[in-house]
Amino acid sequence: MKSLLKFITCGSVDDGKSTLIGHMLYDAKLLFADQEKALELDSKIGSRGGDIDYSLLLDGLMAEREQGITIDVAYRYFTTDDRSFIVADTPGHEQYTRNMAVGASFADLAVILVDASKGVISQTKRHARICSLMGIRHMVLAVNKMDLIDYDEEAFSNIRRDFEMFLSTFTDVEATVIPVSATEGDNITENSSNTPWYDGPSLLTYLEDADLTKDEGEVPFVMPVQRVSRPGNHFRGFQGQIESGQIRPGDEVLTLPSRERASVKSLLVTDEEVGEGVAGQPVTVQLDREVDVSRGNVLTNTDLPVTDRFTASLLWMDDEPLTEGKNFLVKAGTKTIPGTVVAIHYKTDINIGNQIKVSRGEKNELLTIEVVTAERSVFDTFRSNETLGGFILIDRVTNSTAASGVIEETIQRSPNTVWEDTSVTRDLRAGQKGQNPVTLWFTGLSGSGKSTLASEVEEQLVREGYHTMLLDGDNVRHGLNGDLGFDPGDRFENIRRVAEVSRLMNEAGLITLTSFISPYRTDREKAKGIIGEAFVEVYVSTPLQVCEERDVKGLYKKARTGKISDFTGVSAPYEPPVNPDVEIDTTDVPLEVAVNNVLKEIRKYLE
Amino acid sequence: MKVKAQAKNQEAALTHLDRLEAEAIYIIREVAAECEKPVMLYSIGKDSSVMLHLAMKAFYPEKPPFPFMHIDTTWKFREMIEFRDRKARELGIDMIVHTNRQGAEEGINPFDHGANYTDIMKTQALKEGLDKYGFDAAFGGGRRDEEKSRAKERVFSFRNENHAWDPKNQKPEMWKLYNTRINKGESMRVFPLSNWTEKDIWQYIRKENIDIVPLYYAKERPVVYREDNIVMVDDDRMRFEPGEEVVNRKVRFRTLGCYPLTGGIESEAETLDEIIEETLGAVSSERTSRVIDQEAAGSMERRKREGYF
Repeated sequence: MKSLLKFITCGSVDDGKSTLIGHMLYDAKLLFADQEKALELDSKIGSRGGDIDYSLLLDGLMAEREQGITIDVAYRYFTTDDRSFIVADTPGHEQYTRNMAVGASFADLAVILVDASKGVISQTKRHARICSLMGIRHMVLAVNKMDLIDYDEEAFSNIRRDFEMFLSTFTDVEATVIPVSATEGDNITENSSNTPWYDGPSLLTYLEDADLTKDEGEVPFVMPVQRVSRPGNHFRGFQGQIESGQIRPGDEVLTLPSRERASVKSLLVTDEEVGEGVAGQPVTVQLDREVDVSRGNVLTNTDLPVTDRFTASLLWMDDEPLTEGKNFLVKAGTKTIPGTVVAIHYKTDINIGNQIKVSRGEKNELLTIEVVTAERSVFDTFRSNETLGGFILIDRVTNSTAASGVIEETIQRSPNTVWEDTSVTRDLRAGQKGQNPVTLWFTGLSGSGKSTLASEVEEQLVREGYHTMLLDGDNVRHGLNGDLGFDPGDRFENIRRVAEVSRLMNEAGLITLTSFISPYRTDREKAKGIIGEAFVEVYVSTPLQVCEERDVKGLYKKARTGKISDFTGVSAPYEPPVNPDVEIDTTDVPLEVAVNNVLKEIRKYLE
Repeated sequence: MKVKAQAKNQEAALTHLDRLEAEAIYIIREVAAECEKPVMLYSIGKDSSVMLHLAMKAFYPEKPPFPFMHIDTTWKFREMIEFRDRKARELGIDMIVHTNRQGAEEGINPFDHGANYTDIMKTQALKEGLDKYGFDAAFGGGRRDEEKSRAKERVFSFRNENHAWDPKNQKPEMWKLYNTRINKGESMRVFPLSNWTEKDIWQYIRKENIDIVPLYYAKERPVVYREDNIVMVDDDRMRFEPGEEVVNRKVRFRTLGCYPLTGGIESEAETLDEIIEETLGAVSSERTSRVIDQEAAGSMERRKREGYF
């Protein structure tokens, strides 16, 4: 039986990836007659002239055929006398990088195309970096469109030198460089007379002969448990795929993270009882005693790291940026657990590979981060174990696969120091909510509209996905400040407590809105002193006359008739802010306009 | 040194078919472990037979922990229905048969209703069946080598609450870390045979000695020749075009579906080896024998966006 090689083709748009594979299938006589007929027919009615357009074989989605670009991975299957192949043809556009990464994670080998007239460009480097990140150790640089530069040996040598220099910083990657023309068919299935100076193999010959065996010596037995099968009381089997090593009945295994030892009682490969199971096989393992093992645990014969903390390199794939403190589901092996990106250390520059310090990650960036998971689980470095070292981050709200990464280092800590060595910070909590926590301090006369505004603004913010808390007289005066009256001393204490609570809310990552008359400048300054930088003063400057005309609660009337004493604006002063961050007069302004104006003004504080 | 050489690269020592089998079983087990209410769609064809076989192997000695469902258009070959019922009985699996009752009562048929027939009796019936039981994941036997738009589909393919596919916005699928999380009302189609080719299917059927519907083997059958297709006369509901006459020819089928819509081929292949021999040297890819597929380019993608499997 034949072996299987999974490879990808990648490179920039218009480098001719689809054409290359199409031509290979055509030349190697690997097309069905109706596919060949359809290809010739499609080419004729297509706009690219009468020549056969080999890329039409691969660009399958209607959107792609209309735009002439490849947006998603296309898988093709062919078999030669020597090998079976699965090729993932990946998109060249930068915006579809994540689809390229999907192909790379699937493959054992990458064929990276460059345009001979352009040489190694940043997209070449991006793709090579992602291939390397995803674990590809064999790369072929196919220098395409050699026909357009008259099969110039020197130009080819320069490109080869550039690529080899670029790859020299990568560990453990083997590279081959082949001059080809996808449209003309040079060096695709057989060596071309147009490049007599090239003495290496044609692309197909190389793919047929490539030796992908890894000389890793003796590798440990590792099997992540997919499910526990218990069809009855007499049978309890752990089902999963052997990821490395081998196992036989009678062998002792270690269960992780429960750290129990047991012997293999019986072993099934699919539905057959066998004397040995090897890497790649789906097995059901029965042990000789009860152990505490469920899905996501690992059976092994070596000691693997059990931890809740690791550093990793990842490709961020979501439209929404990654911020520190954001919480995800982490899936590695067969385990899915909640986890938090506690730190973003830096991003790697695609071109030169240097590390740039950042605190957030944008789509398609390569980042180095640190993750803490909700419970300890079996994780390993990707270098030593691809199955337990590769992971994805799943957005808990949208369920999208937001990132894929590889573990660089697992971090061990003593069991009793959870969170102590890196206490949860304000930034972390804020990042978890994806927002900048501020206190919007609404001040103004009674009846100025500040409570209505604050509550409408809060509603809008919540609708936009912000996490907020509104503090106003109703929920503070009745509880926390139930012991306070209205004399200047109590008013000061009231504001002080509200400011302290606001600060705590901000510490918790929340956007706080407060709605208090807070008439004294010194009180508000005190509040600002407590709350700090996050204090945003929103002055609702509706004039006294208007407020008094509104007199919604009838308070002004009572104050004027002396039934209420110390009433701001009537029998107690209101000291307007000298330089408020936002000012709004609600006289003759419809509510939604006023709300919009405030929202517009406060946006910059929320960024 | 000897131990070292043995330990080295055992995965590569597995054959092509071993690796495809392992991948499919891994996928089937992941769904069983992670999804709330999976179902395996069973079309009675050879791919479904392979998928059913894999499901039996994946959980042995347990039975598959999910039911199977056949969408019955009421126009399937009689031999298919007999085969389905026999298999379900022999294997002791839970086989749900769902038909669009309203469509059947209104007499929707492949002769009068063309593309609408496929929509009502297959696409709508499938949506109805999935909704009726609240399945969140449905295995299908689709393969990427069948058709261009399938070549781009993920193993775990998501459908919105209307069962529609959004090909421009597929979730990244990394390594074998399948993300099975869905929002309420959404569902998944899962294709464990994504990476199999028609040839792989036949070779696996031979290797595993899998039972398939006899229609795949060449035999004298009553047929009519209609345009480029050979249509079998399976029962007295068959309608004839003027001038058509029923003749007995030795034919077999490369795909199975509703008999008036399934084209046969003239063949002498009476054994699996002969079928494989014929397939390896095949001059046309298998979907051309499915009559409804011969529409404008992109028709499969369009139907899938609308919820066709």
